[in-house]
Amino acid sequence: MSRRIVILSAGLSQPSTTRLLADRIGQAVQAQITGRGESAEVEVVELKDLAIDLATAMTTGGMPTPRLARVRETVSAADGIVAVSPVFTASYSGLFKMFFDVLDPEALNGMPVIIAATAGTPRHSLVLDHAIRPLFTYLRAVVVPTGVFAATEDFGDGEAGRTLTSRIHRAAAEFATLVLAEKTGVEGFAPIADVKKRVSGIQIDRAVTPFMDMLQEHVKHRDPGRGQQ
Amino acid sequence: MQFGIFSVGDVTIDPVTGRMPSESERLKAMMKYALKAEEVGLDVFATGEHHNPPFVPSSPTTMLGWIAARTERLQLSTATTLITTNDPVKIAEDFSVLQHLADGRVDLMMGRGNTGPVYPWFGKDIRKGLPLAVENYHLLRRLWREKVVDWEGQFRTPLRGFTLAPAPLDDTPPFVWHGSIRSPEIAEQAAFYGDGFFHNHIFWNKEHTQQMVELYRSRFEHYGHGTADQAIVGLGGQVFMRRNSQDAVREFRPYFDNAPVYGHGPSLEEFTQMTPLTVGSPEQVIERTLGFADYAGHYQRQLFLVDHAGLPEDVVLEQIEILGTEVVPVLRREFEARRPSHVPSDPPGHAALAAQGPNSRHRQVMPAANLDAVA
Repeated sequence: MSRRIVILSAGLSQPSTTRLLADRIGQAVQAQITGRGESAEVEVVELKDLAIDLATAMTTGGMPTPRLARVRETVSAADGIVAVSPVFTASYSGLFKMFFDVLDPEALNGMPVIIAATAGTPRHSLVLDHAIRPLFTYLRAVVVPTGVFAATEDFGDGEAGRTLTSRIHRAAAEFATLVLAEKTGVEGFAPIADVKKRVSGIQIDRAVTPFMDMLQEHVKHRDPGRGQQ
Repeated sequence: MQFGIFSVGDVTIDPVTGRMPSESERLKAMMKYALKAEEVGLDVFATGEHHNPPFVPSSPTTMLGWIAARTERLQLSTATTLITTNDPVKIAEDFSVLQHLADGRVDLMMGRGNTGPVYPWFGKDIRKGLPLAVENYHLLRRLWREKVVDWEGQFRTPLRGFTLAPAPLDDTPPFVWHGSIRSPEIAEQAAFYGDGFFHNHIFWNKEHTQQMVELYRSRFEHYGHGTADQAIVGLGGQVFMRRNSQDAVREFRPYFDNAPVYGHGPSLEEFTQMTPLTVGSPEQVIERTLGFADYAGHYQRQLFLVDHAGLPEDVVLEQIEILGTEVVPVLRREFEARRPSHVPSDPPGHAALAAQGPNSRHRQVMPAANLDAVA
């Protein structure tokens, strides 16, 4: 079974440093998964291409445009995602946040995620752990311990460049372990956990709770049930 | 099939003239639209319910009672009545009185409301929106169907030995719709009781509406109220018409561009493509509206939004006139020609429901079969 990995890149320029980092992480993920005898399909989504769709969703109470609906379904159906943002004004970019703002709150439940960011200077590196990591924690995604931060100087030679490469491979290895993990455990031997299903919010969930289950806790007192005239 | 208009009741500045109507003018204008609807042969007028500016309809039965006294045939309805923040006892009383005064020309649509602060203003919690809708509506059904109600629930002070006065007209509760844009639980609720399901339709794409209506239809059949295609469905629509479609687009564009809901967002052309909004000739509106049944199935009620975004009163009256004289007669003919004989044309009205007698399904609190859980 081939694993589907979606890379979300929020870079704006062309060519984009953010996209460059995203592609390097994508290659490392591919290598780590194939190195373990499995295969991976990597799809890159440029959030810039969704900018107008995101603005439409924001101004219409969340109407999914066809393109946005497709990406939201792709993301929720993925086996893992790589999210890369440039640092703007001491945080992730507005475009990056807009995308996550239009997702269903259950869209990333249990999703393995690599977080990464680019900036002009290494002094922004805590954006990963102070802004991006809490965003995914809120969405109940599983973020790998190694975040990948790349300042401009990390693309050069010397110590900085070498450590960027090693961080990318370490993050990719942690990610591959999560993506390929089998669900283990024997039912009945552990307390039942309220594990939340992942939903894109685009398709209506047809497995709706039967109405009597919704009604029961409200009518347990003195309700004769069937009507009396 | 029934056709009518539904109004949000927003007080919005006219972006072309810069004129802001007063609250009083807006309320009176809504009343004129209702009278015009009857005059030109439309079937239904439905008002929204809001408890914050810039909206005026905070007391729908006051408005509908006014209209009832000045009309003969018009069906009076809501879009929607807030089942979450209103006391179900007061809803039962208000609509029971309205039923008597309007000789049964009354139905209503349940909705939850999406304005956060309205919930705490009425002592409720928006996070409990669905449980409130479930519990309050069940109590409402009992108040309209049982002589003496003993009730204890989670949200309302208990009732012991309560009898609704006045009882519903002919002991026949009004027909109820449930409206929801995206909550499958509400489609399930409508299906469970065999009530109608209304999809607002106008702010979102048709694929979404189709999924919600399909879910309702299949669950309606599951609960034994009839086949899926016999379920009672209503849809919203939004139109602006001129003889020449270019004139319609030119005249409506500033209202669209500045509309409170979607203004300053997608273009008129994009929104027209993605949603049921139709700005053009009456013929274009007819063609587009007939297409709704292609994905929602044969349905029973079509309500159009024509009076929002600051459109001036005379223009709205013209729109209602065009609907009544040019659009709806053709829609009636075409929809009925396509409708199979086993699918009802209209939602159940008072006379039909009263004629079904005291043992009919409509008079039962829970007429559903195939209950999935043990009561």
